[in-house]
Amino acid sequence: MARIKAPVVITANDLLTGEVVYLDPAHRWSPELSSAKVFNVIDEAEDELATLFSEAVVISAYLAEVSNDAVVTPRHYRETFRHKGPSNYFHGKQAVQDAEVAA
Amino acid sequence: MYSYQEFDRSFVRARVEQYRDQVQRRLDGALTEDEFKPLRLMNGVYLQLHAYMLRIAIPYGTLSSRQMRQLAYIADKWDKGYGHFTTRQNIQFNWPRLVDTPDILDALADVDMHAIQTSGNTIRNVTTDQFAGAALDEVADPRPYAELIRQWSTDHPEFQFLPRKFKIAITGAVEDRAVIRAHDIGLQLIEHEGRIAFKVFVGGGLGRTPIIGQELVDRLPAEDLLPYLEAVLSVYNLAGRRDNKYKARIKITVSAMGIDAFRAKVDEAFQSLRAAFTGQDLAVLGDIQKGFAPPQFLEKSQESYFDALDSDIGFREWVQRNVSPHKHASYASATISLKGHGDTPGDATSDQMRTVADLAERFAHDELRISHEQNIVLPHVAQADLPAIYRTLKSIGLATANIGLISDIIACPGMDYCALATARSIPIAQDIALRYALREAEIGHMQIKISGCINACGHHHVGHVGILGLDKAGVENYQITLGGSAGNDASIGEKMGRGFNVDELMPALDRLIDAYLTLRLHEGEIFAETVKRLGTVPFQEALYVVDQAA
Repeated sequence: MARIKAPVVITANDLLTGEVVYLDPAHRWSPELSSAKVFNVIDEAEDELATLFSEAVVISAYLAEVSNDAVVTPRHYRETFRHKGPSNYFHGKQAVQDAEVAA
Repeated sequence: MYSYQEFDRSFVRARVEQYRDQVQRRLDGALTEDEFKPLRLMNGVYLQLHAYMLRIAIPYGTLSSRQMRQLAYIADKWDKGYGHFTTRQNIQFNWPRLVDTPDILDALADVDMHAIQTSGNTIRNVTTDQFAGAALDEVADPRPYAELIRQWSTDHPEFQFLPRKFKIAITGAVEDRAVIRAHDIGLQLIEHEGRIAFKVFVGGGLGRTPIIGQELVDRLPAEDLLPYLEAVLSVYNLAGRRDNKYKARIKITVSAMGIDAFRAKVDEAFQSLRAAFTGQDLAVLGDIQKGFAPPQFLEKSQESYFDALDSDIGFREWVQRNVSPHKHASYASATISLKGHGDTPGDATSDQMRTVADLAERFAHDELRISHEQNIVLPHVAQADLPAIYRTLKSIGLATANIGLISDIIACPGMDYCALATARSIPIAQDIALRYALREAEIGHMQIKISGCINACGHHHVGHVGILGLDKAGVENYQITLGGSAGNDASIGEKMGRGFNVDELMPALDRLIDAYLTLRLHEGEIFAETVKRLGTVPFQEALYVVDQAA
């Protein structure tokens, strides 16, 4: 497997709900990719990831490549689906985001 | 159906309480994820892309209306109002919260259901013919044997940590509707000299190394079933590779050892194990069989049935496509398609589940089946009641008359849900169904099976047309295989060539289908027969004509 390239974010799933979450600059877990801390140096991200092994509130943390232009967007379609939700139903984050816009 | 005994109930309840404590200890931080993961998996709780997923066992695909209603209740209370029926005759809920999973398991226990051994390197849910006990071509009902295997394998101490997961399929019919030769062990009930026996196949499986199972024994006396299975499992347990998970399935063990050497080892193990089975297993089987006695079939006037056939073209098409012959002359088995054009294959809403449960209770002796093709079956229906069933199904959007047609697609959840997937399956299935909805009667019988990764949960290897979704340099890409079969002539499809990107896939399928319609001898020659007669080359040329022109 090709070595992951910066920029990256740290993503995981929430322990209680399984929801996709991202590590933010304050070392909290956010459901919003836009809140994620973007690492431009892989070693720094890997060091940060290593400290999360004992993390009790999330599971399955790993690095995900992003494009960090005007907004942070996933580079791989797998991460796009995680960020948005499934394509067969309007479920997952897309539904939450839509509800927030409507509110 | 099998009725839980006090032992079953107390066992399942004890497992729920054990799991509830494990979840609490995980939330308290007393268990790490590494410690907790195998425990949750033993209870069917996976982590998928967006959320946890709970896989619930539907033993050999058989449900009562009460159980189906409970699944609807779970869908509404703890999930998003629907469930996904799988190729292993199970149901999966895609959105449960971890904290709710003990309550869900408790709710399942209320109706004698559980999620035990729906994951892990254990013997999984035994699958069978969806028409078991009803089929016209049946030698014997396989469900009592499937239940015996379920009881024997559940929490069997020797087989909780096999080299890899283990799947057994069993059929009692002449026509294999359970894909038995694509399983670790495939069992076919046969009659020999007036007695029931088993033809046993071993070492079949799909996934990254697809292999059709080989015959291990041609006539195993039915009374030897459990000691023989135990012999096969014990040989595999010792000889199966534990150093490489991709080579750990029994199909690799059998291939490496050779079927004759494997058989010799099984026979040796069987000789030493046989004596330990002193007849208790047969006594249990006898009790189980009482629960599977045929229902009291009712004779009803068929006037309204024949009237509806004459007057309602939609009903006539539905009967033609979705209704199968039954061993009782005035009865039939009705398949409820979960493949409405544009729908997600295998999904049912909670309202649909409840209505189908009502139909089972009112018209089908309270029985439901889930097919490995991801449809629901009413196995015992008086033909006289078919018009009323059809009308009700139509009112809830479940009267699609497409069983065996191009839109009756098997599709795994793919990358819309599955953490292992490399591409999406569901939207491909939806696009195909919508694209050919108006032509599917003309195209005729064609099985398309779609997997979103090499693990092949969508059975693509044995599809007439198999579609495998892969990740090609960060783009979803779909390989096509042709010539596969899931029936008595089980075979692995042949890969046609380079994969297609999403925007290339439908035009390629158009060319494939147009080629078939041109090449078939007559309307009755189905796609698989044309491929068998001509080979895959003309179809390969049709798929890649664009490449040749370039």
